Amino acid sequence: MAVDKNMHILIVDDYKTMLRIIRNLLRQLGFVNIDEATDGAMALSMMRGGGNYGLVISDWNMEPMTGLQLLREVRSDAKLKATPFIMVTAESKSENVIAAKEAGVSNYIVKPFNAETLKTKMVSVLGDF
Amino acid sequence: MSSTVDRDLSLHLEALRKERGDTVKVDEVGDIVRSLLTSISGDLSAGDLKLYQEIEGLAVYIHKAKAEIAALRPHDIQSEYIASATDELDAIVGATENATNEILDAAEKLEELGGELPPDLGLKLSETTTRIFEACNFQDITGQRITKVVRALKHIEERVEGLVAAFGPEFQEQLANTIAAQSGDGAEMTDQDLLNGPQMPEKAHDQAAIDALFND
Repeated sequence: MAVDKNMHILIVDDYKTMLRIIRNLLRQLGFVNIDEATDGAMALSMMRGGGNYGLVISDWNMEPMTGLQLLREVRSDAKLKATPFIMVTAESKSENVIAAKEAGVSNYIVKPFNAETLKTKMVSVLGDF
Repeated sequence: MSSTVDRDLSLHLEALRKERGDTVKVDEVGDIVRSLLTSISGDLSAGDLKLYQEIEGLAVYIHKAKAEIAALRPHDIQSEYIASATDELDAIVGATENATNEILDAAEKLEELGGELPPDLGLKLSETTTRIFEACNFQDITGQRITKVVRALKHIEERVEGLVAAFGPEFQEQLANTIAAQSGDGAEMTDQDLLNGPQMPEKAHDQAAIDALFND
């Protein structure tokens, strides 16, 4: 099934410049409905508030709720657990990747990243677009 | 005999413990070693003597180390060098963040303009702005790396603070005297003293202030 480019995407990062970069890259890929959160707790609140997101792209290292905690919350929530979730982080140790996989991450992008990597990982999670 | 010495030493150490408690100030280590050496009765073996000499040597070494640490002015390390380095690093993060946002502003403007161009040119422009967006990733990584350095500096600061506290109030008094003596040396300012590098944004003169100073 073709990817709906009108789907809502939630991007989560405590660094506003990074939110802006990801938003611009997504817009260039044709996605226009993009919401932003600056930590996991805010993101979770938006998701539980009926955001109906087709994809979450989240940083890991944030306070008070990290990206990993957000992922665990999402995966343990009956209504949200099927939401595709891509971690975009500077945490590149193998134990980080393993922990994220065990928590149910859909894919993992290490910073700094380029538009091609973002698109490739999105395709692997959502299907071709 | 060595066993007599051991017994006498134990008795004397017990007497000292009653008198001074379990904690002995570094300053008092030398006195205690001397006191032990002069009060012990009985035969001393060559090994015992060597041990006592080693302990006394250790006391002398600690005194010397304290004097050297005082000369380093640990309060300066805390209050000036580390604080200053932390502020400078924060300023780097702030300045690069501002610059990155300026670059992003310009790239977004180019994106908008791309919509007004013929499709092939618009596509080329879009590819170029993509590269700009990608390159701006550096700011996030730089910020995170600098945060790690700031944490390391704060750790050093805490260790220095702990070292000064461990040496006790006498050492801090000695330190204050060292600082007073060094700050009152009345040395003339050299060309090297004028090399301070960029000032922190809140302290820096802007061009108008420089012009005012220059034209004063």
